Amino acid sequence: MNTEKQLYTISVYTENNIGLLNRISAIFQRRHINIESLNISPSEIDNVSRFTIVVNMIEVNVKKIIGQIEKQVEVIKAYYHTLDQVIYQISGLFKVKSELLFEEPQIQNIIKNSHARIVTVNTEFFVLEKSGKKEEIAELHEQLSVYGIMQYTRSGLIAVTKDEMRISELLESYNN
Amino acid sequence: METQTIKNNQTAKKVTEKISGSEAIVRCLIEEGVKILYGYPGGAIMPVYDELYKYQDKIHHVLTRHEQGATHSAQGYARISGEVGVAMATSGPGATNLITGIADAQIDSTPMVCITGQVFSHLLGSDAFQETDIVGISTPVTKWNCQVTKASDIPEAIAKAFYIAKSGRPGPVLIDVTKDAQLEEFDFSYEKCTKVRSYNPIPKTAISSVEEAAKLINSAKKPLVVWGQGVILSEAEEAFKAVIEKAGIPAAWTILGASAIPTSHPLNVGMVGMHGNYAPNVLTNQCDVLIAIGMRFDDRVTGKLDTYATQAKVIHFEIDPAEIDKNVKTDVAVLGDAKASLELLLPLLNENKHPEWRKEFADLYAIEYEKVIKGDIHPTKEGLTMGEVLHQINVQSKGNAAIVSDVGQHQMIACRYAEFNKTKSNITSGGLGTMGFGLPAAIGAKMAAPEREVVSISGDGGYQMTIQELGTIFQQKAAVKVVVLNNDFLGMVRQWQQLFFDKRYASTEMVNPNFVAIAEGYYIKAKKVTKREELADAVKEMMESKEAYFLEVCVEKEGNVFPMIPTGASVSDIRLE
Repeated sequence: MNTEKQLYTISVYTENNIGLLNRISAIFQRRHINIESLNISPSEIDNVSRFTIVVNMIEVNVKKIIGQIEKQVEVIKAYYHTLDQVIYQISGLFKVKSELLFEEPQIQNIIKNSHARIVTVNTEFFVLEKSGKKEEIAELHEQLSVYGIMQYTRSGLIAVTKDEMRISELLESYNN
Repeated sequence: METQTIKNNQTAKKVTEKISGSEAIVRCLIEEGVKILYGYPGGAIMPVYDELYKYQDKIHHVLTRHEQGATHSAQGYARISGEVGVAMATSGPGATNLITGIADAQIDSTPMVCITGQVFSHLLGSDAFQETDIVGISTPVTKWNCQVTKASDIPEAIAKAFYIAKSGRPGPVLIDVTKDAQLEEFDFSYEKCTKVRSYNPIPKTAISSVEEAAKLINSAKKPLVVWGQGVILSEAEEAFKAVIEKAGIPAAWTILGASAIPTSHPLNVGMVGMHGNYAPNVLTNQCDVLIAIGMRFDDRVTGKLDTYATQAKVIHFEIDPAEIDKNVKTDVAVLGDAKASLELLLPLLNENKHPEWRKEFADLYAIEYEKVIKGDIHPTKEGLTMGEVLHQINVQSKGNAAIVSDVGQHQMIACRYAEFNKTKSNITSGGLGTMGFGLPAAIGAKMAAPEREVVSISGDGGYQMTIQELGTIFQQKAAVKVVVLNNDFLGMVRQWQQLFFDKRYASTEMVNPNFVAIAEGYYIKAKKVTKREELADAVKEMMESKEAYFLEVCVEKEGNVFPMIPTGASVSDIRLE
């Protein structure tokens, strides 16, 4: 077992019920564990939600957390993975003054080289969207901040795993 | 003709009737077999109380004197019967007063369903009168909870609540019902819950894990069993006894495991943990195979983890996967229901006796008897000891009473010295250590098992935390025997102050009221004993009483509970003095 602190993604398949977020976040709070990022979305199965939680912990403690999460009645299954066991993306949104596009020609190069997407443009501002690894978004942020960013936000990490999850089979087995 | 048939079929299929949400709550409880519930009325739960009034010939509501008392009574009811205890309260302060009992039930795996009233759903989040976010507050201390805002959701929520509370590793469930859901009418029908899609209460026992466990046990020279409440909760007592008898393994218990097998059983080597017996604590660090069954390696059991049974291979029989490797690293984990697992294990075990190993327990017991036990239960010094009171209760009960203890020195003494012939006889707050648990829990226990002798044992501190439940005893005519071991101190804290804080007795001395007068104020027969020569007769009189009886025993003020494992010390460094 890895004894170094590192980033892990915790993927939790759950029923879609009010209060479950509170129940799961309380598990971290009670043990004084900081959540690096959290995302909740529908999953590949109807009416099943998927939490993607990122924590910076040692593996033995992640395993204990997984046990506590799975213990919750409305949790179907929880898994943990290192970042190289998953395919993950983070999204960043940048709102920038439109005039900069004309005044600062370098910005056009930044957009081009970063493979960021222009979501919208109007006379006052334009919005850039960049998906990728945390470092890629941070890099774009660094480059643009020289010119001034009106608003910036970054999403939680979302991930799919390289190995299979087999949630449908698991649900089947619970019901037999 | 054809239309007629269809019509008839439809009526046959759907047996529903229009009733209110509040009536549905009471009908659901009756459907779940609830005969007694404990609670306290108030604004947001009044419609349900109105229905309880109408159904009082089918379901008995016990008015406790505080909502906390309702939860502890429900816990006592559950612990002695194995059934789900039920508590009810109104919104706001009524609901928050349940929290201590809910937390206690959560950590001690007690099946309990709490139903709270809530303000009208349109007022939720508006800081309305007696509104509190009880679902949010109770989330970390419940196995499951939910809020119901529509009458038609009530039957399913309550059915789920009972199923979840009782199945797998039991625990408390809270259902919060808004007042509009109680008043709304709907088509009622009830179906018990038998599964929840995302919930797997009993993991399947892997036969390979049982085989591995058997192999280790069969090869062991110095095996030690430590069992917990899991044996009682899964009703595995017989299977458990068969296993230890066949393999000849000395077996020690955690505080909540007590009474699963009789105290007098030759393989019962006593209690583990901070104030447990000398032999099982010392020999935990000498055994070669440690077999944990339905217990969770609480820190009060293990002492310093780094030095806990490090020489031993550890087998853990456990229903809750989250407990495996949580505190103690196991070599073989046997997941599943204790009874099922032990029944699989039994035929794989070799017969064994381990006479030399067992002699080590007997030898250490002899040391403990000389240094501690003799002076506790047959004292010659001046001043009554808690141990001799327990001894007199044993003499009278012959081990047949259920002992409900509170929290503190008297609790450790009660658990150490009470004799048990019958399972589910030791009811105490183990994990949470809730002072005030004992008296109301004894009420619940007595009402669930009126044929049994139920003795509540408290200290003068904890007793006063829920002393108002004497009113419940009086009103319900619950024939609970109430013993207060009075040393005019918060004795356990004082003991720590003596040992670890240079006798600085900060806020532990109590100036106490006339306890006999208080009991008599509730029309409960009462007596106070201050001398050794009065004790035996007083205990006899109490135990022979057909009604509730209060006995105050003034014990030595600065008595200490030994043996003791100081915090942070290893189990084998247990002190005898």
